[in-house]
Amino acid sequence: MSRNQPPEPLSRPNRSEVADGALAVLPLAIAVIPFGLLWGAVAAQKGLSPAEAFLMSAMVMAGASQFVAIDLWAHPLPIATLVAAVFLVNTRHILMGTSILPKMQAFPPRWKPLALFFLVDEVWALSEQRAREGRLTASYYAGLAALLCSCWLLWTTLGAYLGTAIGDPTRYGFDFAFTAMFIGLLMGFRSTPGFAASVAAAAVASTAVHMIAPGPVSIAAGALAGIAAAALAPIREAKR
Amino acid sequence: MTVDPTTLVAIVLMGLATYSTRLAGLFLVHRVPASGRLHQALQAVPAAVLTAIVAPAVFTGDLSDLLAGVVAALTALRFPLLAAVVAGTATAALMRAVM
Repeated sequence: MSRNQPPEPLSRPNRSEVADGALAVLPLAIAVIPFGLLWGAVAAQKGLSPAEAFLMSAMVMAGASQFVAIDLWAHPLPIATLVAAVFLVNTRHILMGTSILPKMQAFPPRWKPLALFFLVDEVWALSEQRAREGRLTASYYAGLAALLCSCWLLWTTLGAYLGTAIGDPTRYGFDFAFTAMFIGLLMGFRSTPGFAASVAAAAVASTAVHMIAPGPVSIAAGALAGIAAAALAPIREAKR
Repeated sequence: MTVDPTTLVAIVLMGLATYSTRLAGLFLVHRVPASGRLHQALQAVPAAVLTAIVAPAVFTGDLSDLLAGVVAALTALRFPLLAAVVAGTATAALMRAVM
């Protein structure tokens, strides 16, 4: 299939492939608007300037972990906790990268590290879909990543500007949007092997640790318990 | 347009931590077994981490948060992520206003 095809020439990106990618991600680029505005607004309330909010979006570029980071944001800054929590939430990228790399045969090898910087959940999912249907090109991937990531930067920074004008989100239940989003993302993984055992173990462990010592330690404890439970669950092959 | 130095350090370190997870595939792609217990444990990482984040808030918070969490989970079974977020958040807002 795409295995033995030569890398496409760098100098001539395929414009229709770029457009295809941008079009495929357009609905998600629109759906990200409320999340971006919300994240920026809460960041502003935690004391981040619009420039700092922009920098975090540009350097981290991962919605779920940015929500977790801003939730843990406090003064003085718990830097070790923030970095550990962000790393833990983003460990899923290790698997996404391992899964998508064999499908990046058409990418110029030197561009792969740059492409992986933009391996956002949505970009990954749509790239997997493209690879299933045919050939995943660097141009298509660039179309996906450019539109979605520039939208994320725009809306999060705008949210930080408007932040104080929006008011206290907890008054309207907006803070629960984070929890609801994580629950929604969680349900998307329900067909992975060992899901039920893993979720049950993680829920019990994180809640128990939280009641003794509130804070990010409960995330690590719950995650480790969930991973251990999945390792011990009966082996079942994924349905890919 | 101010950037606090300590905040900048935190942001750069968080960015590096994230990029390391995205780059890791380059070093692992030939080493991770395609099946077995290690593979299954790694596949469970996202669900385990997400559960560990939401469970304390949902199970030790108000009744409204527990109900809103159930609504979000049930909505996500059939509808896109955005619908689950809207339904869960609306439930939380409504319950807080009533209770």
